[in-house]
Amino acid sequence: MIVVENLVKTFPGVGGAGTVEALRGIDLEIPTGEIFGIVGPSGSGKSTLLRCLNLLERPTSGRILLGGDDLSTLSGADLRSARRRIGTVFQQFNLLHSRTVLGNVEFPLEVAGVDRTQRRTRVRELLELVGLAGKESSYPSQLSGGQQQRVGIARALAAEPDVLLCDEATSALDPDTTDQVLDLVAEINRRLGVTVVVITHELGVLRRVCTSAARLESGHIVETGRISDLVADPGSMLGAAIVPVGDDPSAGPIADTALVTALGEDAHGPWLSDLIRTVDADVAVVGGRVERVGTTTVGRLRLRFGGAVDRDAVARFVGDRPHLTLSWGTDTDLEGLAG
Amino acid sequence: MNKTTWYEALPEVWIATLETLYMVGVSFVLTVVGGVAVGIVLQVTSPSGLRPMRALNTVLGVIVNLFRSLPFLILLIALIGVTRFIVGTAIGPTAAIVPLTIGAVPFFARIVESALREVPRGRVEAAQVMGATDGQIVRKVLVPEATTALVAGATLTLVLLVGYSAMAGVIGAGGLGDFALVYGYQRFNTPVLLVAVVVLIIMVQIMQSAGDAIIRRLAHRR
Repeated sequence: MIVVENLVKTFPGVGGAGTVEALRGIDLEIPTGEIFGIVGPSGSGKSTLLRCLNLLERPTSGRILLGGDDLSTLSGADLRSARRRIGTVFQQFNLLHSRTVLGNVEFPLEVAGVDRTQRRTRVRELLELVGLAGKESSYPSQLSGGQQQRVGIARALAAEPDVLLCDEATSALDPDTTDQVLDLVAEINRRLGVTVVVITHELGVLRRVCTSAARLESGHIVETGRISDLVADPGSMLGAAIVPVGDDPSAGPIADTALVTALGEDAHGPWLSDLIRTVDADVAVVGGRVERVGTTTVGRLRLRFGGAVDRDAVARFVGDRPHLTLSWGTDTDLEGLAG
Repeated sequence: MNKTTWYEALPEVWIATLETLYMVGVSFVLTVVGGVAVGIVLQVTSPSGLRPMRALNTVLGVIVNLFRSLPFLILLIALIGVTRFIVGTAIGPTAAIVPLTIGAVPFFARIVESALREVPRGRVEAAQVMGATDGQIVRKVLVPEATTALVAGATLTLVLLVGYSAMAGVIGAGGLGDFALVYGYQRFNTPVLLVAVVVLIIMVQIMQSAGDAIIRRLAHRR
């Protein structure tokens, strides 16, 4: 379990003028075994948060606890051994080009003083795990981007860390390769039980692998929760971003529409025709999307009912079905969703 | 006195060539060792380095600049006392090694510094998050990742040393420069002077080609 308590990081301003507050009091709890996504626009503090988590930056104040140990105040040998508990996968891979694949993957073990035969055994296991067996003696420049990132992942796992941090790890890869690398991360999470923290600006990453997420904006966590709860919550901006309904302003005011979210089996079921029969109303679908999110399916539809619909009847219909949630549109929704 | 024909001078050209190779070779090895050490200190203590140390960095930088701003000919003469103190004499190829090394170390140190600075910061940070010490980062990341630039810089330095060694002929260092000066220039024997020049050209060509060949073999490391 990673606990971040009131984490603040300020940097001296450009030209020594004042300070820049990158993180303004972050509180986060990341349970063991999660794949936790941290999203936010550029400049929101994502990178600073990651650099605090992998101990490249020392927080100005606040604490970072990993399994109960405070990592934010360490230095020297303690800092170096704490860093080995956290493996980082970088956007630009950051492999050593003077070393072969083997040399790169064994690097964390080599600097930790693990002997050569043990290193070689471990590297072989790791390359097997990431699907690069037989590539030991290749140099990074001879590999594709996806292969380089697999080396990056193997290297990050070499010292058997408790946490795998992915810093925009798929942002430099093409869509197909991105999916393969994400699937590998999910598989590693499943097989090794390692907690994964993913920093990304790509919502597709949240959709495909994350179990929980937090949204960061100007140095604050503005929203956090399990993905399944976020997408079921009609008021969640993260949920709306993960499964956007694509509200079309020309479809008329949003105030008299209903947003229905269907999860799991209900998403596949004939709930819409049931609803129409039950409340006996005309229905227009003005927006909607069905997405695969992690291992489940989420459908979100924005409906406009013709004539005077009995809202209580709609609410009762939804209330009877555990995987459906309902919210009536308000005019403020449009502004919120536009963001 | 009859002029020596150029082919009669060949045995002496051979000895001069060996002297040049000797003083350039030894001072090259010393320059690489010293330049790498000074260059590492310059980079590591710089404001963006692993261990910023403003005072040390500034002082070392000033010393390096001082030696680099002196024309080599002036340095040669200025160092005669130092040479005599270290080697016991100021004449001959062994004595020339002192000013050659002192002249080339600052040059190569700056090359090393900039080569290390060009190593992408992300690779250094990757090593840091993997728990490497600063010493390990210098040995296992900075220097190996900069190898191509270091070999290119070392080739430049080697060629520079050939030029310096010829200049050292002015103070009686021996070698091809001395030979060209004494036999060719002072005795107006242009053919002999040309022979020395041709040998120097061939020497530089071979050194440059060897450096380029090593760089080509390291191409995959970029």
